[in-house]
Amino acid sequence: MHIVVCVKQVPDTTEVKIDPETNTLDRSSAPAIINPYDAHAVDEAVRLKEQHGGKVTIISMGPPGAVEVIKKCIELGADEGYLLSDRKFAGSDTLATSYILAKGIETICQDNPFQLIFCGKQAIDGDTAQVGPGIARRLLIPQLTYVNEVTAVDSAKEVITVHRKLDDGYEVVEAKMPCLITVEKEINQLRYSSLPNMLRAARYQPHMLNADELNADVTNMGLKGSPTSVAKIFAPEQRGEGEIIAGSNDETINQLIQKLSDQMAK
Amino acid sequence: MGCEACVAECPHQALYMNDEGQCNVLENDCVDCGQCVDVCPVAAISLPQRAESKEQSNNTSDKNVISENKTEEKAVKLEGDLSKYQGVWVFIEQREGEIASVSLELLGAGRELADKLGVELSGVLLGSEIADKANNLYQYGADKVYLLEHPGLKYYRTETYMQNFVQLVQKYNPEVILMGATTTGRDLAGAVATDLGTGLTADCTALDIDPEERLLLATRPAFGGNIMATIVSKKHRPQMATVRSKVMKMPKPIFEQQGELVKVDVEIDESQLLTKVREIVQQAGDKVNLQDAEIIVAGGRGLGDGDNFKVCYDLAKSIGAQVGASRAAVEAGWIDHKYQVGQTGVTVAPKIYIALGISGAIQHLVGIRGSDIIIAVNTDPEAPIFKECTYGIVGDALEIAPLLKQPLQQLLADKKAS
Repeated sequence: MHIVVCVKQVPDTTEVKIDPETNTLDRSSAPAIINPYDAHAVDEAVRLKEQHGGKVTIISMGPPGAVEVIKKCIELGADEGYLLSDRKFAGSDTLATSYILAKGIETICQDNPFQLIFCGKQAIDGDTAQVGPGIARRLLIPQLTYVNEVTAVDSAKEVITVHRKLDDGYEVVEAKMPCLITVEKEINQLRYSSLPNMLRAARYQPHMLNADELNADVTNMGLKGSPTSVAKIFAPEQRGEGEIIAGSNDETINQLIQKLSDQMAK
Repeated sequence: MGCEACVAECPHQALYMNDEGQCNVLENDCVDCGQCVDVCPVAAISLPQRAESKEQSNNTSDKNVISENKTEEKAVKLEGDLSKYQGVWVFIEQREGEIASVSLELLGAGRELADKLGVELSGVLLGSEIADKANNLYQYGADKVYLLEHPGLKYYRTETYMQNFVQLVQKYNPEVILMGATTTGRDLAGAVATDLGTGLTADCTALDIDPEERLLLATRPAFGGNIMATIVSKKHRPQMATVRSKVMKMPKPIFEQQGELVKVDVEIDESQLLTKVREIVQQAGDKVNLQDAEIIVAGGRGLGDGDNFKVCYDLAKSIGAQVGASRAAVEAGWIDHKYQVGQTGVTVAPKIYIALGISGAIQHLVGIRGSDIIIAVNTDPEAPIFKECTYGIVGDALEIAPLLKQPLQQLLADKKAS
């Protein structure tokens, strides 16, 4: 079984700091990491490979520095990794990104067709959850989003059964392979990397592909291929400065309760 | 700061982000048009005085092309390819015949957009034996309901819903489509937008119309929720957006309101389909109802570790509140994601929101903005949450939360009695 996993390098948004003076982002404060959901996607793919045999191939789009997340995936047990990197990709929105990744998948799977594609349910920097479904539509395969358990893979019938998370429970869905799956974190517990995998990752050089190598239409990429654009960026409106209550713990609590009482009486 | 607003704005693709997230200029492509300077939110870009000799003639002609395009765009209101797209649609999500509240909220938001555009608002309802639900939708503001009924549409499946929805769009050409940012809505929206090759903006917190160009102005937190961005889809229709539950106000139903029902023929050949829903398992016991909670006690990274998080449970229990958490606390593994409050969790609107050790990333703040009273306790006097709260206490939440229990309990009991 050939499993392709799409991963993204993201800034660790929990570490992003805001300059209180200018209300802008200090991006340099955030280290680049593998999108946490994607790490679970890689782990799930590796687990399926361990059970059913086959190969796990990583694909990512990003600046040359994103090779680091691919090496991280090799540590997690992936076999190979491709980085799609080209200035022509810059400024791609989700529609253009799904086009580039779909073309990348077609290119790397030319001689070894995939049965499954895994993605994280969303990336923590954009939080759109749109690229996974976009890739599935472009490759014309079923999509199973928000999956929190793979319950069965029938390689002979080429059918996979999963649990899809719903707002108040889950649904059991069967899909014909090849198909695309986006995963929730609870699909698995990340495992520690094995020493051989870590050694392999340290030496591993991911394959690089640029726009010309994708057999694709460049007008569908980057800004030209992106219907959406940012019209405006701004610091959000504030509710209005809060009233700071100062004093000893007892004093502040008394004051707070008094103020709450007054306000709730209104 | 790496926001890439300038990259998107540059008409000559002369800007790009390097690995460090800094903006670089391709000297040969740049025509000094200055559009990037205007759009930069932090005034990080300036136009250097260039030597006069730099291909002036070439630049001028390029600029003319840009301005001509702009005038054309404004004229598009009545003619051109985009003019055939008219009307605002809301995807009406239902499960077991029950309409999701977010769909009704979106009819309220969609009504305002439709009025600004001077067009009809339509609900698109897919399911099995659900015709009686249409009346409900008129009451919430729909002028028209497209009804797609078929046993094969009883449960949501991407392939059946997507195919039928896309066909309907291609037949009637709406200019705006709104969907709830639920697991179903986001699944469908991503597939539909890709199939139509159009723009989609996820999890919007505000929607408006630019009347000049009939553009949907879709605003959402960006970059991990630390700043707001307004996204447009200038040359593509329909313009699509998803919105989370409780972000838009539920409209007041007007019971005598009527509308037009359009029944749409649906053909589904089950043997051709690639997915099957085998079972739906409800886990009501697990459901965390933050959305409707009157009081929420939420904890963040400032609590220090997972064990300390129990001060939230203690306080919540004593005052009958629901427990919530910031993204940082969830990412740290102290509490399950379903308790997460904020843009990527649940948007809440309680009477009292108590934030313990939450610094207040924008993505969190946008999720609690609807609260009547926000009480913040944090050791860092510079924490952004103090700019958004009603009352702030600079101090250690671990000390203060236990002290709040008794007096808050008393206060709430008194209020209830009176």
